Amino acid sequence: MKASRAGWLFVAPAMVAIAVFFVVPVAAALAMSFTDFDIYALADIGNLRIVGLDNYAWLLKTPLFWQALANTFFFVLVGVPLSIAASLAAALLLNSPLARFKAFYRTALFAPVVTTLVAVAVVWRYLLHTRYGLLNHALASIGIDPIDWLGHPQWAMPAIVLLSVWKNFGYNMIILLAGLQAIPKDLYEAASLEGASWWQQLRHVTLPTLAPMLLMVSILTMAAHFQLFAEPYVMTQGGPAQRTVTVLYFMYEEGFKWWSLGSASAVAFVLFLFMFGFTLLQLRVARYKEAM
Amino acid sequence: MKQRWSVLAVNATLAVIAALTLFPLLWMVSASLMASGEASTFPPPLVPRAPTLANYRELFASAGIGRQVINSLLVSVGATLLSLAFNLTAGYAFAKLRFAGRERLFRTLLGALVIPAQVTMMPLFLMLKQMGLVNSYAGALVPWLASVFGIFLVRQYTLSIPDEIIEAARMDGAGEGRIFIAVVLPLLKPVVVTLSVLTFLGAWNDFMWPLIVLSDRDLQTLPVALAGLSREHVQDTELMMAGAVVTVLPVLLLFLALQRHYMRGLLIGSVKG
Amino acid sequence: MTHADRATWTRRAWLGAAAALGTAACTRGDNRTIRFWAMGREGEVATELLADFEREHPGVRVRIEQLPWTAAHEKLLTAFAGDATPDIAQMGNTWLPEFVALGALEPLDQRVQASPDIDARDYFPGIWDTNRVQGRLFGVPWYVDTRLLFYRRDLLAQAGFAAPPRTWDEWMQMLAAVKRLVGPERYAILLPLNEYDPLVALALQQNEPLLREDGRFGNFRSEGFRRTWRFYLSMYEQRLAPPASSNEIANVWNEFARGYFSFYISGPWQIGEFRRRLPAALQSAWATAPLPGPHGPGASIAGGSSLVLFRRSRRKDAAWQLVQYLSRPAVQQRFHAITGNLPPRRSVWDHAVLAQDVPTLAFRDQLERVVPLPKVPEWERIATELRVIVERVVHGDVPADLALAELDARVDTMLEKRRWLLDRRAGG
Repeated sequence: MKASRAGWLFVAPAMVAIAVFFVVPVAAALAMSFTDFDIYALADIGNLRIVGLDNYAWLLKTPLFWQALANTFFFVLVGVPLSIAASLAAALLLNSPLARFKAFYRTALFAPVVTTLVAVAVVWRYLLHTRYGLLNHALASIGIDPIDWLGHPQWAMPAIVLLSVWKNFGYNMIILLAGLQAIPKDLYEAASLEGASWWQQLRHVTLPTLAPMLLMVSILTMAAHFQLFAEPYVMTQGGPAQRTVTVLYFMYEEGFKWWSLGSASAVAFVLFLFMFGFTLLQLRVARYKEAM
Repeated sequence: MKQRWSVLAVNATLAVIAALTLFPLLWMVSASLMASGEASTFPPPLVPRAPTLANYRELFASAGIGRQVINSLLVSVGATLLSLAFNLTAGYAFAKLRFAGRERLFRTLLGALVIPAQVTMMPLFLMLKQMGLVNSYAGALVPWLASVFGIFLVRQYTLSIPDEIIEAARMDGAGEGRIFIAVVLPLLKPVVVTLSVLTFLGAWNDFMWPLIVLSDRDLQTLPVALAGLSREHVQDTELMMAGAVVTVLPVLLLFLALQRHYMRGLLIGSVKG
Repeated sequence: MTHADRATWTRRAWLGAAAALGTAACTRGDNRTIRFWAMGREGEVATELLADFEREHPGVRVRIEQLPWTAAHEKLLTAFAGDATPDIAQMGNTWLPEFVALGALEPLDQRVQASPDIDARDYFPGIWDTNRVQGRLFGVPWYVDTRLLFYRRDLLAQAGFAAPPRTWDEWMQMLAAVKRLVGPERYAILLPLNEYDPLVALALQQNEPLLREDGRFGNFRSEGFRRTWRFYLSMYEQRLAPPASSNEIANVWNEFARGYFSFYISGPWQIGEFRRRLPAALQSAWATAPLPGPHGPGASIAGGSSLVLFRRSRRKDAAWQLVQYLSRPAVQQRFHAITGNLPPRRSVWDHAVLAQDVPTLAFRDQLERVVPLPKVPEWERIATELRVIVERVVHGDVPADLALAELDARVDTMLEKRRWLLDRRAGG
């Protein structure tokens, strides 16, 4: 049938590209993770050994890997709630009938999302400087001692959380705003007829209706946060004391700094397993949402 | 009155949040106009004493960043064109052309979204090395050839086109290719713009892959060059801010001009069917 | 939009795509351009030196790419992996074993023998030796490098000492005295947590090597290393050194000028930097001195950079011309004058300026007592591990006594493949 042949013809270029430049590398990465491919093997493929699950076992025994997991989880568990909270607050404000100049605010609050991450990381590196940075200057004006944001192991990741929240809250804000605008007005009218205050309306009308979307957005944001790389690369190089090494940063160093591609591929697959877990979670929630 | 206080509260909060959000970007511009070393004085200044374009001059003259601006432009435009070429046809086919295995193939593709792109980077690098494409524009463009998200976006939008229009054209005897170009594409103009904007911004801001595949300074895109400069010139705050401005300004302007289309893409993409 | 417009648009899109892919071919540069990768200050300076080279060799152009030291090793490896190595590069001599193991470098024995500009006997033997791997020569030394003390003579005098320390005990006394002088807000010595050179230099002063059994195992639990370890850490414990990385010190020269620290272990390039960046009033206040050792003047690192050619280069002959040019005594003299980097050729040392430059004399002295680093490809990774362990101990993450066992365990794991390869080669 002409239409059917056309169908295959139309999808062929994209499918071939995806097959060659995505599927094949993924399979190759899995295969590499079972070998000890390193610079010796790069020089002479005869130096390659098949090591089975040794790379994965090595990961489990390597403290830096666990540190990277811990750092990444900290970023996810602290950064995501803060980010969603900021997005929700901004969306609620923008949705309010009392707000003026909405178009301007929407653009202003969204602007950081489209900026280049490397560029803003460089800017923030200076804003966070211990002596000459404006953040500490502002904190000093309310009586807080200067914090060594990027130099102190305890504060480096929180600094990155701060940058991340600033950069990304606009994204979820737009999505949540669309969700808020979809809530039927008569629900609010009914509530205010019963004398509910602003806060009660929020608790009993807005949040319950928005809950499924909030959950979905949270899971997607968690998945994205798990892939933190550029900020540590530009601002801290994984330090201080390896406290900003994330899973992806660890993979990058294993793979492209030391060229231990075997163990780096193993890390990549661990990352994949986590992403897979997040997606399953997301699908479970989506099915639950549709059932409602 | 309660009403007036509420209005004040809401708008004042919005204003404060907007100010805090825009502040780093404004400071970036301000510091880029400061004299060398001015930003690292105590107390840190907010505005330059005597605005100067010296940092930009040095950026273009000695650091040669003009080259990287061109590289970013070439790669972003190339990525956009390639993405359109590959994804428009595929998205349309998944939406409107019936062929065996269509739904199953599409679901498999969606499944592939689970796999983070970073998994592919190392083997892809070795593969491109075999093809001789490392350290070239083509190497940087390869990941943009086809994207599952792009196909998804086009498909979602195309589903909203009534089947009757296409059927009518078929009954008139037009071939599938002609139908696509003459009938469907004009209707797809909004998603074409959206996909273009999203791809251009994505390619311009992309960091990890260009970092890996482009090693020659002369081929690097702006984010990679900026990251490299920031390690060399860690002391030169003002110069780095000028570099940041050059990197961020084009995409900010593009976004401001085509906001509507960008937001549409964002919303279609996140509200998955 | 008419049908014709759409068709034009589609055609343009395909042309655009083709052009983008086509530019892939135009990235190697023309056939008479040599790609030269240089690091840090040397990269900036090399451009100045090249004008004469290009005049001498018309038709040959040199394109320099500057790499920051922090990314250079990574970039060189990536270039090798991606078949994108330059024609000639500056390479730290500790990286040579690694790149030789990869088969990336071109052996230079025959070229050197045939060259009128390069006389092997003129070079410091210890330095020339660091370029020999498995019996063959793979690099020509460009400049020699080591670590020694830079210090504030005036602050030391105020603390009651007229001469720099010669033994570890004297050094400790002086550091403590300076600390008492400057107070709790300032320090006596800067040992950045993101640099491993000072620690390694002090470790090389011991009799025991850093790795044992031909680089098969780590030797960090030896008595010698333990002594260095305790000595080094005590400087942080007694708050003589700030627990900071060099990134956190906003500007090292400003801080040295304001007395934030009085001792600094660094290399020859600092002479030029100090002269450029310290205020004129302080130029007589700083001086250099050889590293103190446990019982007298001690050893230091036999470092430096070499010029190497890459095996896969297609312009090796032209690149070799550049190596010869940069090895000429006159050019080395100019190079030294601009950067303060020390020439590896003894004949250049006899030149008047070098012989009289006071801060440089300490380097001349130290170069008599330099020890090479282990020649294993994994060295860069081992050194990074060492640096990380120091940082973790100073920040209190790991107790100092357990740290060495952990370090040895990690280093042994890193060297596992090397052991396997060596055993395989020996076993047949």
